[in-house]
Amino acid sequence: MLLHLLNFWILLFAPQPTIQQEVPVYSFEEFEPMLHRNTDTLYVVNFWATWCKPCVKELNYFDQLETKFKGKKIKVILVTLDFEENLEKQVKPFLLKKNIQSEVVMLDDPNSNEWIEKVDPSWSGSIPATVLYSQAGRSFYEKEFTENELNQLINKQLKNIH
Amino acid sequence: MKTLKFTLFLGVILFGALNIAFTAEGGYKVGDKVADFSLKNTDGNLYSLANIADQKGAIVVFTCNHCPYAKLYEQRIMDLNTKYAPLGYPVIAINPNDPAIEPEDSFVEMVKRSHQKGYEFPYLFDEGQEVYPAFGATRTPTSFVISKRGDDFYVEYIGAIDDNTKDATKVNSKYIEDAVSALLKGEKPATSFTKAVGCSIKAKK
Repeated sequence: MLLHLLNFWILLFAPQPTIQQEVPVYSFEEFEPMLHRNTDTLYVVNFWATWCKPCVKELNYFDQLETKFKGKKIKVILVTLDFEENLEKQVKPFLLKKNIQSEVVMLDDPNSNEWIEKVDPSWSGSIPATVLYSQAGRSFYEKEFTENELNQLINKQLKNIH
Repeated sequence: MKTLKFTLFLGVILFGALNIAFTAEGGYKVGDKVADFSLKNTDGNLYSLANIADQKGAIVVFTCNHCPYAKLYEQRIMDLNTKYAPLGYPVIAINPNDPAIEPEDSFVEMVKRSHQKGYEFPYLFDEGQEVYPAFGATRTPTSFVISKRGDDFYVEYIGAIDDNTKDATKVNSKYIEDAVSALLKGEKPATSFTKAVGCSIKAKK
């Protein structure tokens, strides 16, 4: 009984997961600089949406990268293509439930015919899609990653820049 | 180290080039002749280009039941058929997804959906997943306007239906309508290729 009570108290005072940061809503023009930062960091920019099953499946793999490669210069940006009207009732509860800690921004810009091309000329517009860039170069993936595949790729890319 | 960096840099460039080549090779470009196909329609019959032999062309839309972006366009696809089927450009909808991955896109669900919504156009199932790669579709929805010259059909437009998925009332460019209107006047579409966000097509694993 005492043990149960103790458990209860521990649970009560255990640190709660960090509350998800605000999710800014950007037009492509506002978002575009995030694809072109010129620092010594590896940027991992993943395009996803709550309604996209393969995206949801791989989202945690991306979210865990900064922890997994702690001490390395890596920055994850999760770009949701959900619509702004679903931000409060759908996207934010989803991020809390999944305990997403990486930076999340929302890109809600109807003019996708123009901006898809600017993210990468080879992108047809399907998600998931991911851009990796650093001062060593830029690569684009219109595909779904397994956890292993992603970790190996990041490992390789980090070696390129250090 | 420098050589290594350079090799990697070259690798990145080569990979990029390969990627572009792959996209360009995978499927029709504007002007290409459409190869015939034979797919099962929700009415149980097989459907091929022979079914539109007496038409001026068609609006082929790769779409599906499950994708929210396809759902947002569903009414607009139905409206396109209402407007352009009488003018010789009917809609042909094709579901390219593997129902093992996306159960909502099974043939049974397709039949239900087409009845519920009262589709007045064929809704075909790309069960063998050979037709969507031939067209080069990668996402739902994606559309192709094709027109007839002689006995063959040729691709005239590839891409989005219009430029606002979310809100049909805020559309600035109706790509498909513009393309078909031009073709009906005997002209080439001014815009023949566009991109839009969509759901990746679920390929068999």
